[in-house]
Amino acid sequence: MTLPMGRAMREIFGETVAAIADEDPRVVMLDGDVGSSTRADIFEKAHPDRYLQMGIAEQNMLGVAAGMATMGLIPFISTFVSFAVVRPLDQIRVLIAQTGANVKITPGYAGLFTGRTGKSHIIVDDLAIMRAMPGMVTVAPADDVEADLVLRWAATYEGPCYVRLVRDATARIFDDTYRFAFGKAAVVREGRDVTLISTGTQTPRTVEAAELLAAEGIEAHVVHLGTLKPLDVEGVVAAAERTGRVITVEEHTVIGGLGGAVAEALAEHRPTRVQRIGLQDCYVESGPNDTLLEIYGLSAARVAEQVRTLLETPA
Amino acid sequence: MSAAPASPTVDTAELDRLREVARRIRVEIVRSVYHARAGHLGGPLSAADILAALYFRVLRIRPEEPAWPDRDRFVLSKGHSSIGLYAAMALRGYFPVEELLTFDAAHSRLQGHPDMTRLPGLDMSTGSLGMGISAAMGMALGARLTGRDVRAYVMLGDGECQEGEVWEGAMAASRHGVDNLVAIVDHNKLQQYGWPGDGPDGRLAPELPGELVAKWTAFGWRVLEIDGHDMAEILDALALAATGDGRPVAIIANTVKGKGVSYMEGHYFWHTRTIKPEELAIAMADLGEPAPEHEGGAR
Repeated sequence: MTLPMGRAMREIFGETVAAIADEDPRVVMLDGDVGSSTRADIFEKAHPDRYLQMGIAEQNMLGVAAGMATMGLIPFISTFVSFAVVRPLDQIRVLIAQTGANVKITPGYAGLFTGRTGKSHIIVDDLAIMRAMPGMVTVAPADDVEADLVLRWAATYEGPCYVRLVRDATARIFDDTYRFAFGKAAVVREGRDVTLISTGTQTPRTVEAAELLAAEGIEAHVVHLGTLKPLDVEGVVAAAERTGRVITVEEHTVIGGLGGAVAEALAEHRPTRVQRIGLQDCYVESGPNDTLLEIYGLSAARVAEQVRTLLETPA
Repeated sequence: MSAAPASPTVDTAELDRLREVARRIRVEIVRSVYHARAGHLGGPLSAADILAALYFRVLRIRPEEPAWPDRDRFVLSKGHSSIGLYAAMALRGYFPVEELLTFDAAHSRLQGHPDMTRLPGLDMSTGSLGMGISAAMGMALGARLTGRDVRAYVMLGDGECQEGEVWEGAMAASRHGVDNLVAIVDHNKLQQYGWPGDGPDGRLAPELPGELVAKWTAFGWRVLEIDGHDMAEILDALALAATGDGRPVAIIANTVKGKGVSYMEGHYFWHTRTIKPEELAIAMADLGEPAPEHEGGAR
């Protein structure tokens, strides 16, 4: 089974935040000179008075956002993940997370799809970094449908949050009946043989991998963790109990992100064997999207292959 | 570059009142740091006159209503001078002066560096240098976007101007013409340790004379250079700064680190250091304050 393609998340970003701003005069967009890439330009056209070009100066931009939040505004941040998370990390820590500032860190270009940029732009550890930060909420939508809902939710959430968005079109798993529930795991496929837990735009590929496995008689239970923090411990435990064996799949280093979060929760609450598919403590090179997914083991076929191998290997 | 002559609206009595406030701020700084056996001295003491002018005359604030939405904002970017800000706020009526003795203690609202989630009246948490200008710019831009007549003031250290974010902020503020933003650089000529050289105590000042004025001017700011211990010059500069001309305003305040305490003035090692009882007595005498009745800092 091949899932339908969704729209590019960056277009959803520009359109949805502009639509939120239609209704909410507190919403502003701060752009680090990449509005034509992140599609903050869509917001700019709709609300030129509330679009602020902050230049190539991300540390200042995040600080300005914190100051604006104290004035009752709701700043959304437009830049790439690498320049929204690690470059201004101390500003996020001191001015946003420690103060509880109502800033929406909503960068595009997460994961491997960055338009052939290479390791400087492909940040592999953003979920681990943001999840570890006290006071920071971490959300990674699975597709364009969920991205729209998450952005709308973020505008209503009072406090800092990190929303991980992706540049290009990816497969869609949700339809218009889907409702995003903050802090809740979503079962996206029922199965009894093994539990696959995924996050972000890896989830649709994990569902496709489950279908490949089904053709071989392995029925995987697939759970999407759109919210990585706060973690739905109950949901993770239930997912583990369903099959007694858990494999996490993430477009991210296996250290500290989804795999880390799931392993922590299960070690404490329901000891279960957890194996982690994802980037194996490495950086990523530039290349076409599909090629990178193959190389780094994140395409549906490669995930299915790894799951099969893990299941065949004795404990 | 220099401020205009003393404003005729500020009479001698008002200047004397503010000078006395500054003196009392210094007394509370020394007492609090003595009592806490921790905290910074040199920086808060150099900033005391400017803090007195801001909190007792210039800022449009309501200590009884610290979250008043239309208040002017103040961000202490040189957050290690927190005790100076706390002393000014206590004397202005934000909280009891006695609470200053909890400075730096566990569970205190008066954290080592300002924490806005603990103490009402603090407009931003700071401590990691270079960030205040950005936050204050966000407040000034936010005031503009929400149609409020609010000015945002930020105080920076001269050593702090080595942080790249300061100049990111300086560039963006002039680009956006944020003329309700006032940056005050406490140019006390010393940083924690400083560059080796033939200056006082073998260390060099963070910047050469005139360098800060040239830099802020080059970044498109309206720059005023003053004696940061001359109350008339401070008030004149702050009055000028309130007349927006489309540019953000930088006040380069020439000050003396440790100002008011004879043995601290101009010595980098008084950036942060505990005070011995005999040193406390000298400091209080320097500041025109009766000697404490007993040791231990309790009054």
